[in-house]
Amino acid sequence: MADRRLHGLGLAALAAAAAFLAIGLKGNIAFVLELRLLKLAALVQVGVAIAVSTVIFQTVTGNRILTPSIMGLDALYLFGQMLLVFLLGGVGYVTLDPQLKFGLEVVLLMGLACALLLPMLRSRLDMGLMLLAGVVFGVLFRSLQSLLARLIDPNEFAVVQSASFANFNAVRTDLLVFAAIVTVVALIIAWRARHVLDVISLGPDAAMGLGVSWAGTVTGLLLLVSALVAVSTALVGPVAFFGLLVAALAERIVNSRRHAVLLPAAGLTGIVVLVGGQTLFQHALGNATALGVVIEFVGGLIFLLLLVLGSRK
Amino acid sequence: MISAVSKPSLWTGLIAGLGLAVLFVLSLAVGVSPLPLNKVLSDPEAMQLLAVSRLPRTFAAVLCGAGLAIAGLIMQTLSRNRFVEPATAGTAQSAELGILLVTLLFPAAALWVKTLVAGGAALVGTSVFLATAHRLPPQQPFLVPLFGIVYGGVIGAVATFAAWQADLLQFLSVWTNGEFSGVLRGRYELLWIAALMVAVAWIVADRLTIMALGREASIGLGIDYARMMQIGLVIVSVITALAVVIVGMIPFVGLAVPNIVSRLMGDNVRGTLGWVAAGGAGLVLACDIAGRLLRYPYEIPVGTVMGVVGGAVFLWLLFRRGGHG
Amino acid sequence: MIRIENVSFKHRATPILSDISLDIPKGGVVALIGPNGAGKSTLLSLVARLQPLQAGVISVDGLPVDTTPSRDLAKVLAILRQDTTIASRLRVRELVGFGRFPHGRGRLTQEDDAIVDAAVAQFDLTDLSDRFIETLSGGQRQRALVAMAFAQDTDYLLLDEPLNNLDMYYARALMRSLRSVADANGKTVVIVLHDINQASAHADRIVAMKSGRIIADGTPGEILTPDMLDTVFGFRMRVETIEGKPFALHQL
Repeated sequence: MADRRLHGLGLAALAAAAAFLAIGLKGNIAFVLELRLLKLAALVQVGVAIAVSTVIFQTVTGNRILTPSIMGLDALYLFGQMLLVFLLGGVGYVTLDPQLKFGLEVVLLMGLACALLLPMLRSRLDMGLMLLAGVVFGVLFRSLQSLLARLIDPNEFAVVQSASFANFNAVRTDLLVFAAIVTVVALIIAWRARHVLDVISLGPDAAMGLGVSWAGTVTGLLLLVSALVAVSTALVGPVAFFGLLVAALAERIVNSRRHAVLLPAAGLTGIVVLVGGQTLFQHALGNATALGVVIEFVGGLIFLLLLVLGSRK
Repeated sequence: MISAVSKPSLWTGLIAGLGLAVLFVLSLAVGVSPLPLNKVLSDPEAMQLLAVSRLPRTFAAVLCGAGLAIAGLIMQTLSRNRFVEPATAGTAQSAELGILLVTLLFPAAALWVKTLVAGGAALVGTSVFLATAHRLPPQQPFLVPLFGIVYGGVIGAVATFAAWQADLLQFLSVWTNGEFSGVLRGRYELLWIAALMVAVAWIVADRLTIMALGREASIGLGIDYARMMQIGLVIVSVITALAVVIVGMIPFVGLAVPNIVSRLMGDNVRGTLGWVAAGGAGLVLACDIAGRLLRYPYEIPVGTVMGVVGGAVFLWLLFRRGGHG
Repeated sequence: MIRIENVSFKHRATPILSDISLDIPKGGVVALIGPNGAGKSTLLSLVARLQPLQAGVISVDGLPVDTTPSRDLAKVLAILRQDTTIASRLRVRELVGFGRFPHGRGRLTQEDDAIVDAAVAQFDLTDLSDRFIETLSGGQRQRALVAMAFAQDTDYLLLDEPLNNLDMYYARALMRSLRSVADANGKTVVIVLHDINQASAHADRIVAMKSGRIIADGTPGEILTPDMLDTVFGFRMRVETIEGKPFALHQL
């Protein structure tokens, strides 16, 4: 049953990719195709990275309405980026090799995320408190980031400009190869950890009872999540609710929380929504930039719905 | 109302008043062009600067700070939740959406018309928030602010989308991020209505305290609960709309100040209202002065400074409380 | 006098009260007893206009509760609901002082102060009067809430299980206080009680409810009989008379 749906999702993802590449193809076909392939690769990466990181994050925190970005991880990434600019100076930052820069940023995010989130997870805070703290962390980091930006260059803080919404139309293709390596390594680790994830989802006590080292595993998983968030944020910018939308959809579709099924399902759903949505907005609705906003809007509504319905039980 | 207890000493009041006065004078003195305060009376140019720019700016900061802090206090009373304020309950975002729409449809409308529309939108948005907030289970107090923040985010997404389509993103960022550098004589006077709203809050202070005891206790004491709810909503919406339209939203003032005052002096609104207003005014003044000095001669918007200061204070409040329970 | 005529109440489709009629004349202590879910609290909250009436008429001293301004009713009738939670950081005396709100709209006269002081003293709260409510124990908080209702100084006092959280000492003290305001000041107390022996010891009249109806109404001597208690609570219990008052040994 779940397998059939997984196959269906795979086909849908392929169809979305094909449509993305083929629709409206004209002019210098080789050139356009190359451009589209690059963009497709980026979108696929972003979709998979966000979806998988969200599922893992939800499992680790034991909550279905948490996502890395709700907990302020992408804001943390942008803050880390700005911190680098601040430390290296605008000129030093610009002259740095983009791959190296990205690598530094990924490492920085991993460190910051662990420093912030691990104590919260360890103390097993009330979930509502943790959510709220995460959201406020997000606001704090965004403010800190723009404060730093103003301090660095009060006139034109264009060195690192953060949009309030992800722009899936203008992806950073220069980081693609490096990001792909990070993504693939992270995905392999996640896939190998799928059974451990099933155990982790039972909660710290049960997991430890079954012989899983809770602290060590959770730290590793958080590092994994941080790397994936760094990839997606670097490529397209911050997304608040995309992960939530995709994880909720995937779980509905395969009707399982087993990670062997859920992880691929979430990844595929991410591709379908992102690539399919981009195709739809680009060709049918003629407004490619709107996808980010629409996803945020729908995802936000889903979040509110989950919050109100979930608390009724 | 009960004067025998909970009145801070005269000295505390004096020191606080003095602190506020010092901030007020500092705010007059600090800026790109120097303003030697000892020469103001003799130098007509300095006088002009004071009257046209510095004094309005300082008044705007005081009015916004006091107003937003009181708006936060009232929001917390109406929702019976300590972690709610206009910026985290969709009020500010609704006001932004309102003024954006009126700017789109009637670009030539007068400022007071735009403020009125923004206020109306804020009223609707906040009413929806409160109606939903009252349905969330009271055992989980963190759900309410969380709901509010995301609710505000969704309304904000609509506003951003509309602004984007109409190429008005620049305007939107003016409304969403508080900044006093544009405040000049003739462009901030509507803010005095915020002072009027604070006065209204003072008149109904006892009723607000009782409202915080809940619907049944309020009705039992003969309070028209529904009408008080409306009055509270109007105060919050008007203050927020004024702040959004004239200087842009300043986050966290309404959250941090009432919470700290409550910690120190309790929740008898009659006794704390003045402190909350003064605290809000002082905090915003201090942040605005800091914003002017941090990267002198450039300015950092007060909204940004407050996002950092207020965010840190909020987290401190959150974990302090979390540690207790 | 409280006059309840043909009152019915539904929560969604579930009937809570069915065609209740009851007169409670001025003066005295009336206890409402009955098993869980009998509708006692709902009836009390309807009299106190905390919920809108769906069918029937309720008036207090001739004032219909659904149309009389809430403020006027608050001078005639005070209500204490069960498990009232106070999240505000208020001091005990501040809270009790709000009982005077219906009379002065917030301005406390000397007379008000005297009434507040008396209520504070009556419930042994004088030493606690500057403490924040949140720092009190459950029983102390309950006493503060009862004192607030007392300070409202109305002719009618409605109390919904006020003995919750109170130890034996304060439960007895509260019941005796209620008895004395009824006897000395001619007040009318309507109280929901779980402990039928408290009702027997201190009430003039007991009204027994079950499944949204009144099934018995009379003096303690008439209600506390093995047969009647079996009808109300569904099991037989021994009833012994001590100092002329019946007591049910429901623990046996």
